[in-house]
Amino acid sequence: MKILVCISNVPDTTTKITFTDNNTQFNTNGVQFILNPYDEIALARAIELTDGGNGTVTVINVGDASTEPTIRKALAIGATDAVRVNTKPHDAWAVAYQVAEYVKANPFDLILTGRESIDYNGSKVSGMLGELLDLPSVSIIKKLDVDGSTVTVEREIEGGKEILSIPLPIVAGTAEGVAEPKIPNMRGIMSARTKPLAVVEPVEVKTFSEVISYETPAPRGQVKLVPADDTAKLVDLLHAEARVI
Amino acid sequence: MSVLVYTENAGGKFKKSTFEAVSYARAIADQNNTSLTAISIGDVSSDELVSLGKYGAEKVLNVNSTKLKDFINQAYASVIAEAAKKESADVVILSNSFSGRGLAPRIAVKLQAGLADGAVALPEQSGGKFSVKKTAFSGKAFAVIELSSANKVISIVPNSYKVVEKAVDAKVEDFASEGNAADFKAMIKEIVRSTDKVSLPDADIVVSAGRGLKGPENWGMIEELADLLSAALACSKPVSDAGWRPHSEHVGQTGIAVSPNLYIAIGISGAIQHLAGVSSSKVIVVINKDPEAPFFKVADYGIVGDAFEVVPKLIAAVKEYKASA
Repeated sequence: MKILVCISNVPDTTTKITFTDNNTQFNTNGVQFILNPYDEIALARAIELTDGGNGTVTVINVGDASTEPTIRKALAIGATDAVRVNTKPHDAWAVAYQVAEYVKANPFDLILTGRESIDYNGSKVSGMLGELLDLPSVSIIKKLDVDGSTVTVEREIEGGKEILSIPLPIVAGTAEGVAEPKIPNMRGIMSARTKPLAVVEPVEVKTFSEVISYETPAPRGQVKLVPADDTAKLVDLLHAEARVI
Repeated sequence: MSVLVYTENAGGKFKKSTFEAVSYARAIADQNNTSLTAISIGDVSSDELVSLGKYGAEKVLNVNSTKLKDFINQAYASVIAEAAKKESADVVILSNSFSGRGLAPRIAVKLQAGLADGAVALPEQSGGKFSVKKTAFSGKAFAVIELSSANKVISIVPNSYKVVEKAVDAKVEDFASEGNAADFKAMIKEIVRSTDKVSLPDADIVVSAGRGLKGPENWGMIEELADLLSAALACSKPVSDAGWRPHSEHVGQTGIAVSPNLYIAIGISGAIQHLAGVSSSKVIVVINKDPEAPFFKVADYGIVGDAFEVVPKLIAAVKEYKASA
């Protein structure tokens, strides 16, 4: 089985998000970039599914050369090879389009993305890829099993779950539960240096959206502390002042 | 031009987030002096369909085909895109629900539309520019994005836009569309619903607990408090990682982002990743024995105290309040 895992390079989860240039640019100063946590889950599952010589795992990233440490990390974790489409990821549409063009020329049995990237939180790429490739897509899955040419996935729905059975190939966005992220071992780290990383040039793509500015959430006022033995006061404040109960 | 809103139902009933989406779509139609059409897919009663008029839908396209009884995003996307073309709608609105997230990107590609997913406010329109504020960096920030395409798709975060009543007579029309044969490769084998629980992304009130609870056996009082408040349960990442609670309850940067009216955090210190997932909550209450817990800095109300002492007292106080209300 040939599996493609789409990976993004995102600010570490502990990053305090700030902006520069009159709130039009994300301030990357001092920010550590990591492999998107949801993509790590996708990668871990892909490695499990191809364990024991049962296929290959290719990772693909749309990004400039600065994302290569993250791509090498994915190779160290266990991907077979990697592709980098050499362009800045303008938006989800552009990313999905570049990946779709690559897949049209290099077909895969299963395409995984993280359910969303933790920077722009779109959960868009999986659905867009599905549409561009005319394949079924499932946006947020909690479980994924492959049996022959059929994949069974569990999808989260409000207040429950849905189990779907779909013939390969499909595109799926993975969330927690699909697999435990894998930590690269020394052998992985050493071999990652020599694993193939192909750099391909982007195709031209239309753009439909542009970030024009950023905002940070409005600060909250000073916390109102209530004595621990006066929970009735808290209930009263929530009812009479905050009007939330 | 006109506006089309997809009105998601659960078991034949529209949800609050659906009415929010209709209200939001109505406001955009008003911004542009145009009409609003709703599209409903599935087995929904005519009374329920007509009720969409209460929030400003002038026309309701009713797609009730046995083939489309269950949600298959590929087929639903085809039907909604077809409806958008039929209605000459250049703005399509959906709720950013689990299903909405599977639909919106497919519809956007079909309509060659820019997609603003996770919108939290009405678009700003001036001088031919159309921009929308949406969540970014997992709740740590917002991005204002400009959509330059002729067609636009916007998905709106549940609980971020108020339901507004604006009654019109809704005309219900059957819309015979079934998607393409190739859209039905996915088959639903089973749907498991825990109907007794309030769903986390839709909840008005969320009661969340963390490592301060010391173990899964101590969740009884958290569940009791949530039940009393008709609240959904949530937890922090360490709790779901340890297997004390299911991943579906994990709120935070790598879990679910919520925007309830009231978020009660018990025994959660407030790591930056957790705060990201709750920052759009309207009111935050923090109960923690550590007065230095970072969560207090973003809380509206707080109690410094041991969860095992405070929560039973809070339960008693809520009971008393409910008895007197």
